[in-house]
Amino acid sequence: MSSSPSSSLPVATRAPGRSLAAWWQALPLTAVFVLFFLIPLALILMVSFWDFNEYELLPGFTLKNYVSIFEGCGNTSELCVTFKTYLSTFKFSALVWLITLVTGFAVSYFLAFHVRSSGVQTLLFVLCTIPFWTSNVIRMISWVPLLGRNGLVNQSLVGLGVVNQPIEWLLFSDFSVVLAFVHLYTMFMIVPIFNSMMRIDRSLIEAANDSGASGWQTLWNVIIPLCRTGIIIGSIFVITIVMGDFVTIGVMGGQQIASIGKIIQVQTSYLQFPLAAANAVILLALVLMIIWALTRLVDIRKEL
Amino acid sequence: MSDSFSDQKDAVTGVQRRTLLKGTAGMAGILAAGMAPAVHAQEKIVLRYLGTAVNQDKAIAEKFEKDTGIKIQYVAVTTDDVTKRAVTAPNSFDLIDTEYFSLKKIVPTGNLKGIDVKRIKNADKITPLFTTGMVAGKAVGDQGTAPKKVIYLEGEKSKVFAKSPTQFMSLIPTVYNADTLGIRPDLIKRPINSWAELLNPEFKGKAAILNIPSIGIMDAAMVVEAMGIYKYPDKGNMTKKEIDLTIKTLIEAKKAGQFRSLWKDFNESVNLMASGEVVIQSMWSPAVTAVRTKGIACNFQPLKEGYRAWAAGFGLPATLSGRKLDGAYEFINWFLDGWAGAYLNRQGYYSAVLDTAKSKMEAYEWAYWMEGKPASQDIKSPNGDVLAKLGAVRDGGSYEARMGGIACWNALMDENNYMVQKWNEFVAA
Repeated sequence: MSSSPSSSLPVATRAPGRSLAAWWQALPLTAVFVLFFLIPLALILMVSFWDFNEYELLPGFTLKNYVSIFEGCGNTSELCVTFKTYLSTFKFSALVWLITLVTGFAVSYFLAFHVRSSGVQTLLFVLCTIPFWTSNVIRMISWVPLLGRNGLVNQSLVGLGVVNQPIEWLLFSDFSVVLAFVHLYTMFMIVPIFNSMMRIDRSLIEAANDSGASGWQTLWNVIIPLCRTGIIIGSIFVITIVMGDFVTIGVMGGQQIASIGKIIQVQTSYLQFPLAAANAVILLALVLMIIWALTRLVDIRKEL
Repeated sequence: MSDSFSDQKDAVTGVQRRTLLKGTAGMAGILAAGMAPAVHAQEKIVLRYLGTAVNQDKAIAEKFEKDTGIKIQYVAVTTDDVTKRAVTAPNSFDLIDTEYFSLKKIVPTGNLKGIDVKRIKNADKITPLFTTGMVAGKAVGDQGTAPKKVIYLEGEKSKVFAKSPTQFMSLIPTVYNADTLGIRPDLIKRPINSWAELLNPEFKGKAAILNIPSIGIMDAAMVVEAMGIYKYPDKGNMTKKEIDLTIKTLIEAKKAGQFRSLWKDFNESVNLMASGEVVIQSMWSPAVTAVRTKGIACNFQPLKEGYRAWAAGFGLPATLSGRKLDGAYEFINWFLDGWAGAYLNRQGYYSAVLDTAKSKMEAYEWAYWMEGKPASQDIKSPNGDVLAKLGAVRDGGSYEARMGGIACWNALMDENNYMVQKWNEFVAA
């Protein structure tokens, strides 16, 4: 929104948000936000500096938890657990981001520019959301009988004589983790990218054509820059989800692949809340940094 | 065109909606302020029973309600979460069903009340395995958190364990068993008799281990000893060096591709085994039974180094009083009275008071489950599935053979925090 419409309004209705009723109306959301987000966050930050034993938290101030997370990380011969875990988490984030971006962009492009009738467009868009009618975990688990050692894929491959032995890396591997992530989260790319593509003024594309731009040039110089907001929003969704995930990595990776979320979960289940809190604070800081970097590329508030 | 039209409409409905919102907010306030329903006097007792899903059987709750009129409300969470709730929210349950090794975390908080054995009818009939650590007159392995080390409290409101028997028990035992490796005999095709086989490269990519650190590390320790790498003074209470060694062994095996998967819950282990993803893994007895009821061969394989045992029991929260406390005692007494014991025995667990359970079981059932004799007729589970055909013998044989073969107990180590940290290293390796 630009500021020009408000300046043209009469003086009496200027700054409509400043009346008392408006503050009251903003209060519920603010209260919810403070109560369920800011206060817990502050508590987590506080607890991350506490000490603990087997059965109780000991209020105080210690950097012990942070130190123990990075214990052994000065060692150059082998990576410490924390760095290794983050490295594997980053690896999945990057892979999943790249694949969902390309797939999501292609699907949106098809929906936005190739499908002419808006009825078919809506229909196809709804089709994309069908997988979301069942829960995440079920969608994930349904891969297991398909990819397993005696699963459908392996049976077909062996039956067709393509391979002699069942392929082992289909399940409980990096491959299956990335596959599940892509399956689960491509939609989060499609929606914002499709949305920003639909706002592109078609006459711009015609203009590019008229000026003699090739299809690739139009794509690269017109469509992609105009979809930037959608791409960034989709990227934020996908990256934050993958960074914090422990269920998908657990189920599809056969619990053998480290993720920072999994470490936090294990620590909370052993009542090591301060350690888990410290880990959560570090993770949050990292994710916020990534989001900050992404939002430098585009002013989301301006574009929406 | 359409834009300006919708703007107008918005302006009209917008105003209406806002005034409406203000009105409803006020109404809601009035509604919330009063008019809560009146409290009933002398209503039916409802006991909130916190535990893992293992013992929380619908049939048990129904039978108990029929017998006494007291309602059981199950709160099913994982083993780790039972401990977490007992420590952090002791008022959220009226009866806790937890494992003895968790007591080292719960009792020091003072959230449990000692159970007065004078109010427990069958207290003196509880199997000596719990009170003195004996089976058939012989002492069994007591490495780890053996129940006899933590079963007595110094007083009703004590936060420390008593060294010798007292009037107050921390937990009244309910079920227990001895765990070992589960195997697929049809896919392995040779006898397995040692824990060392779990890391045998022959089963590369077809082995799995439990991903509950405090239990998984015990299985790993059994393997380390069986491989002859090291003999622990106490597997259930390792030093940092011993933990390092155990985890190192696991990491080396993992890097060599030994494990197909790690598993965390019952169903995962069943699926891994039933689908043939895994042919050898640490496993729980009812999970083996579950694989078998699918018609797939699966053995709960007795091993020469012995078993890793576990035991669970009922505890009472410190704040419980009045009618609910009486109801909880009534439930514990009812539980030890035979019907529930027989029910659990038929699932392959063992009950705390054997005599009463025996009186509620058929002779042929008792002979199969407890005496290790061949089944003289088909053995059925409590819900009617056939578990063993005529002539079959229970894995591990009789009660005395199996429980007498305990090598160690599930444990909580002094170095637990360090152990969990190292375990994460194994998962990340």
